[in-house]
Amino acid sequence: MRESRLWFWHILSAVAILFLLGLHMGIMHMGTVLEALGLGSTHPTATAEVFARSQHLFFMITYIALLGTALFHGLYGFRSILCELSLSQSLQKAIGRLCTVAGFALFLYGTYVAVRVFQMKGV
Amino acid sequence: MQHRYRNNLGLWGWLGGGRYGFDRYAYALHRLTGLGILAYFLMHIFVTGTRLNGPEAWESAMNFFDNPLFRVGEFLVYLAFLYHAVNGIRLVLVELGLLVGKPGLPSYPYSNSVIRHRPVLVGAMVITAVLVLFAGADFFFLTK
Amino acid sequence: MSTSKESGKMKSIVFEVLRYDPEKGGVPHLQEFTVPLHKGMTVLDGLHWIKEHEDPTLAWRSSCRMGICGSCGMFINGLPRLACTNQITQLHSDRVVIKPLPNYDIIRDLVPDFDRLFDRHRSVKPYLIRRDRIEQNSPTREYFQSAEELQNYIQFAYCIKCGLCLSACPTAATSDDYVGPQALTQGWRYLADTRDEGIEEHSEALYSKHGVYRCHFAGACSQVCPKGVDPAMAIQLAKQAAFLKSLGKCQDRPGAPVTPPIENWVSEKQVPKAPAPTVVRES
Repeated sequence: MRESRLWFWHILSAVAILFLLGLHMGIMHMGTVLEALGLGSTHPTATAEVFARSQHLFFMITYIALLGTALFHGLYGFRSILCELSLSQSLQKAIGRLCTVAGFALFLYGTYVAVRVFQMKGV
Repeated sequence: MQHRYRNNLGLWGWLGGGRYGFDRYAYALHRLTGLGILAYFLMHIFVTGTRLNGPEAWESAMNFFDNPLFRVGEFLVYLAFLYHAVNGIRLVLVELGLLVGKPGLPSYPYSNSVIRHRPVLVGAMVITAVLVLFAGADFFFLTK
Repeated sequence: MSTSKESGKMKSIVFEVLRYDPEKGGVPHLQEFTVPLHKGMTVLDGLHWIKEHEDPTLAWRSSCRMGICGSCGMFINGLPRLACTNQITQLHSDRVVIKPLPNYDIIRDLVPDFDRLFDRHRSVKPYLIRRDRIEQNSPTREYFQSAEELQNYIQFAYCIKCGLCLSACPTAATSDDYVGPQALTQGWRYLADTRDEGIEEHSEALYSKHGVYRCHFAGACSQVCPKGVDPAMAIQLAKQAAFLKSLGKCQDRPGAPVTPPIENWVSEKQVPKAPAPTVVRES
């Protein structure tokens, strides 16, 4: 069953996102706690820190993993919502394909950015 | 000529919880926060893509977003994430058939899975509320 | 007379009823009626009073008056309910606002068009499917099922097809394609029945694009179900079963066998004959 498979990935990606986005949001918004624990800083969007993280292998990999799982989870959810609008069958199919193409395109773009920034030296 | 009147509630059926239970409002909010996070996420991919053009491009992008409007917007996305995450954990468990109990012969007054799992919903909302309060304090007061 | 004494003190209640005339079309409108209230009066009794004393053209569907037939589902004071099992005093309001069930087309006044409900119900093939059609059509014995196995689906078999769940469901509010809580529950009722062998047949609609995965556990269906069927649980159990199956944690069960003959079964020959009649009828 195709829909079953897509839904399982929706659930599994949710679990993955919980950890990956939890980490991301922790770094971005729990700066005061992390700083108190000596693990992070209160200025996570400062240019030096952003590039330092981007050039760390661990962060590059988790960024790409988060990008992929979040795109799948978000676009499947979006498709679910549009599926529930009594649209014509052909339009529903077109939406499904558009979500797939957009998802792959954004994933490729985001991965390209992550890899290129990772490779930038001396920034 | 006999006319049928189309009586579907439409989008109001999604958003209007009416006299239904708390779960129905949780459902509407989960959907709205999901759409909000997705919209932010798609923008976020392109905004963080400015790193490709070096630190100057990143700094100018950050300067562009450094105003109260975007700051409040960012906070709303943060809240949406907290709600969607905590409620999402609950939903994953429920949709995998956990926390709904076992079927059996119904006897009056009827109970159901929604009533049985109500404490979990309340618990999830309490956790969300605590996280939201902490997030607000951290976002507006603690972070300089 | 005692009745006139009582009527002197009798409280009255305002019924606001949605009216729609299919001959004229247009937009339905609310019409007010003042109905005398008596002890134990149900919403259905109130509608009968209006039809007898005020407006004989008022149309609705009802039959058994005791929550068994599932005909009188209506949208009463903001919730889908059966008109026959809800007493007016229990609504705790001086006004009773009655509309036809939402998410169904209106045929006339309070009469919803249930085609949608029954079409979706048919789509899950809500009947026992066996590979051995000959045995099923001319059974030699019953199919074996334990009391514990019965518990897996008996709750869902209590559905009276009143359609309240579908009118409460947010997904059904926008989606005409959604199989809906009633039909999904009935699909699961057969998947959970050990006697059934039609796993593929029921699963086709159940796990389709507009099947169980369009349920997001808003819980309204279970809240309004007048028979305690709990469609929300059935749908989550159906998702769980599909998930476990995909992980290889559970296999498709074989259909329950035909019960073997019981040993020491008292044959017809061993049953003592009835004594001869003591009274002989004269022809």
